[in-house]
Amino acid sequence: MSTVEVRALSAPERRRKRGIITMASLGAFALVIFGLLPKTGEPVTYSFVLGNEWVLAKEIIVNSKTGGLFCAVISLLAVGIATLQFRARKTSRAASALFGASFLMSFLCWAAAGKFIPFTGLLQGALFLSVPLIFGAMAGVLSERSGVINIAIEGQLLAGAFMSGVIASLTQNKIAGLVVAPFAGAAIAWLLAVFAIKYGIDQVVLGFVLNVLVIGLTGFLYKKLLIPYQSTWNSGGTFAPIEIPILSKIPVIGPTLFAQSIIVYLMYVAVIVIHVALFKSKWGLRTRSVGEHPTAAESVGIDVNKIRFRNVLIAGAVAGLGGAFFTLGAVGSFSKEMTAGKGFIALAALIFGRWSPLGAVAAALIFGFADNLQGLLTITGTPIPSEFMLMAPYIATIIAVSGFVGRVRAPAADGVAYKRGGGSH
Amino acid sequence: MKLKKLILPALSFAMALFVGGLLVALSDSKVLALKSQPLSMIGKGFSTAAGAYWALFRGSIFDPQLAEGHFFQGFYPLSETLVAASPLILTGLSVALAFRAGLFNIGAQGQFIAGAIGASWIGFTFELPIVIHAVAAIVVAMLFAGLYGGFVGFLKARTGAHEVIVTIMLNYVAGYFLLWLLSTTAFLRPGRQDPLAPDVRESAQLPHLFGPDLRANLGFIIALIAAAAIWWLLSRSTWGFRFRAVGANAAASRTAGISVARVTTSVMFIAGALAGLGGAVQILGSEPAMTSGVGGSFGFDAITVALLGRATPIGTVFAALLFGALRAGGLTMQASTETPLDLVLVIQALVVLFIAAPALIKSLFRLKNVDEGTTVASKGWNG
Repeated sequence: MSTVEVRALSAPERRRKRGIITMASLGAFALVIFGLLPKTGEPVTYSFVLGNEWVLAKEIIVNSKTGGLFCAVISLLAVGIATLQFRARKTSRAASALFGASFLMSFLCWAAAGKFIPFTGLLQGALFLSVPLIFGAMAGVLSERSGVINIAIEGQLLAGAFMSGVIASLTQNKIAGLVVAPFAGAAIAWLLAVFAIKYGIDQVVLGFVLNVLVIGLTGFLYKKLLIPYQSTWNSGGTFAPIEIPILSKIPVIGPTLFAQSIIVYLMYVAVIVIHVALFKSKWGLRTRSVGEHPTAAESVGIDVNKIRFRNVLIAGAVAGLGGAFFTLGAVGSFSKEMTAGKGFIALAALIFGRWSPLGAVAAALIFGFADNLQGLLTITGTPIPSEFMLMAPYIATIIAVSGFVGRVRAPAADGVAYKRGGGSH
Repeated sequence: MKLKKLILPALSFAMALFVGGLLVALSDSKVLALKSQPLSMIGKGFSTAAGAYWALFRGSIFDPQLAEGHFFQGFYPLSETLVAASPLILTGLSVALAFRAGLFNIGAQGQFIAGAIGASWIGFTFELPIVIHAVAAIVVAMLFAGLYGGFVGFLKARTGAHEVIVTIMLNYVAGYFLLWLLSTTAFLRPGRQDPLAPDVRESAQLPHLFGPDLRANLGFIIALIAAAAIWWLLSRSTWGFRFRAVGANAAASRTAGISVARVTTSVMFIAGALAGLGGAVQILGSEPAMTSGVGGSFGFDAITVALLGRATPIGTVFAALLFGALRAGGLTMQASTETPLDLVLVIQALVVLFIAAPALIKSLFRLKNVDEGTTVASKGWNG
C-alpha cells in the first residue's frame, strides 16, 4: 500500500486484497515447487491434433522445469497486474483468469514431466465432463436468482437421465427422449415449487429429500424393469457428434467446441439465452428483484410467488435436459445413480461462480478440466494421488464460500419463503 | 408425550407405505400382464405388495420360520434391526442437535467417515487391554469427527461460510480421503487390492448383548446413553439453553450476551462427535473391516431420522428404530421377493416429505387441531 493512502479499506476491498494475497502465495508456491525445486527437467510432449482439423502445430515439446518456471512467472505477473488494477480501483477479472490458466499450466508441466499430454483431447474431454455441470448450474441460477434454493439439481439431472434413456429406448427415437427429459426435470421441480412456495418448507431439507426420492425411484425401476428387459427399456443409444463446417476445422478450438452432440449445442444456446435474459429482459429484472427484495417487488405489482414458481419449473426443465446428456449424450443407457453427485458439483460451480450464469460456466469448466486432468494423470501416473485431485473442486468451493477469493453472496432472499403482503413464513 | 403428536407421523408413514405398495404392484410384470382383467389385476397387485411388506416384517421384527426350532431365534431379525438402528440413532442425534441450534448439519456422512477412520485405525493398529481398547477407539473416533464437524462451525463463526455448503463439500472430501487412505500401506489389508482395511482386533470389538448368535451389541446401549445425554444437555443444562436460544433467535441471543460464534463452533463439534460415535459403533460393533463404502447413506438417513423424530432425542431414537427396521427388513425383502432395496429409500423420502408438509397431510385426511410440532423454518443461504 502506498504511504499516501491512509483511508481504511471497505469490507469488499479487504476481501479482494485477501484474494490477491492468496493468488500471490499460490503463484510463489508454483514458482518454488513446479519451477525451482525439480533438479532436472524432463520433456513434456503436448500434442494438438485430434481429428481432421487444420494443423497449426502437431505437437510441442517443453522441458518440464522450463515450462513450470515460465508459467509460474506469468502467473506472478498476472498477480502484479491484478494488484495495479486493485490500486487503480478497477476490476481485475482478466488478470485473475490469466493467473488461473498459467497456474494450471505450470502445474501441468510439473505433473506431466516426461509424459505425453493430448492437449486438445484434454480440453475436449473437459468440456464433455462440464456439460452436466453447466446445465445443473444454469438450473441453479434460474431458481436461486428468484429466491428458491435448488439442492434438488442432482435429482432433476437423474430424472432427466432416466426418462430420456427409457423413452428413447421404448420409442427407439432419441429425439423423443430428448424432448421428454425437460419434463422429467420439471416434474421434480414442480414438487420443489409446490412444497417450497405453497407450503413454505425449508428448501434445503426439501431438495435433499427430493434427491433421495428420485435416487430411490429410479434405482427401484432400474432393477425392476431396466435390467430384466434391457433390450426394450434400456437401449436408447447416443447422439452422434455433429461437426460444424469450417468452425470445427479451427485447431484446438474446433474439435473442442464444434464437434459435439446436439445436447452440447443446446447448452450453448441455453447459457447465452439465460445470461442475456437475466440481465437485459423484463423477466430477468423481475427475477432478480424477487430474489433480492421480494417485498419491494410486490409493492410495484409483481406476483412474487408466481415468478418463483415459473422459474423453478424452467430450472427443472434445464436440469432435466442436462440429465439427458448422461444417457443420450454419453453412455447410451441408464445406470443406477449415474449422475454420481454431479448435481452437487453443479451447485458448487453455481456458488463458485457467485450465482452469475457466466461465472458458473467458468467454474463448471474449471471443475470439468480438473476432473478430466485427474483421469488423464491417473493413467499416466502422477506425483500426487488422484483422490486429492478429485477433492480439488470441493476444497475450492469451501475456500470460495469462506471469502478467501473475494465476495461470495447469495441473492438476499434466496431460500426464504414469501407470503403475500410482505414477510416470510 | 401426548398421543396427538403421533397422529401426523403415523399417517405420514401409512401414506408412504401406501405409495410404496402402489409402486411395487405397478412395476411387477405379473401384475402388468393382467391388464385386461382389472379385478384380478388389483387382487394380484395387492398380494404382490402384501408379500413384499410381509418379507419386510420378517426381516425386521420376527420370523416364524426361524422360530420353529428355537422360539428365541425368531427374534434374530429384531436384533438386526437394533444393529442397523444404532448408528442411525447417533447420526440422527447429530443432525437433531444441530437443528435445535439453528444449524443444518448435512455433514453427518463425512463426520461418520472420520469417526470410522479413527475407530478402525486404533482398532487394528494397536494392541491394548480389552475395555481400554474399545474406549480408546471410541474417544479417537469422536475426536476426529468432532474436529471435522467443529471446523464447519468455526468457519461459519469466523467467515460466515454457510454450513450446508461446507458440509456437503466436506462429505466428498472425506469420501475421497478414505479412498486414498485405503490405498496406503497403513490402511490396506495385507494381500488385498480392493479398498478394505484389516479387521478391528477382538479386544476393541463391542460385546454382543444376547449371546453370540444375535448380532445386537453394546453399540445400541451406547446410542441410548448418548440420546439420554443429549436430552439432558438440551433440556437441563445451561449450555443446552444457550444452544436452543441461538437456534430460536440468534440476534436476540447475541444481545443477551451469548457468544453465538462459540455456540456455533461447539454445537458443530458435538454434532460431529456424535456422528463419529456412530461410525465407531458401526466399525466396532458390526462391520470390523472398514471399506470405502462405510459411509453408506448415513448422511441422508440421519437427516430423515432427525426430521421424523422432530429433532428431539426421544423422537430420534424411535425414528431410527423405524428406519433401522426398514433397512434390515429391506434386505430380506430384496432377497425373497425380488423387490429392490431402493423401495426403502422411496418410503423414507416420502415419510419425510409428508411429515415436513403437515398442511398436505391435514388436507388429505381433513384433519383439524392436529399438533404440527416444530418443523424446520426456512432460512436461506445468508441466514
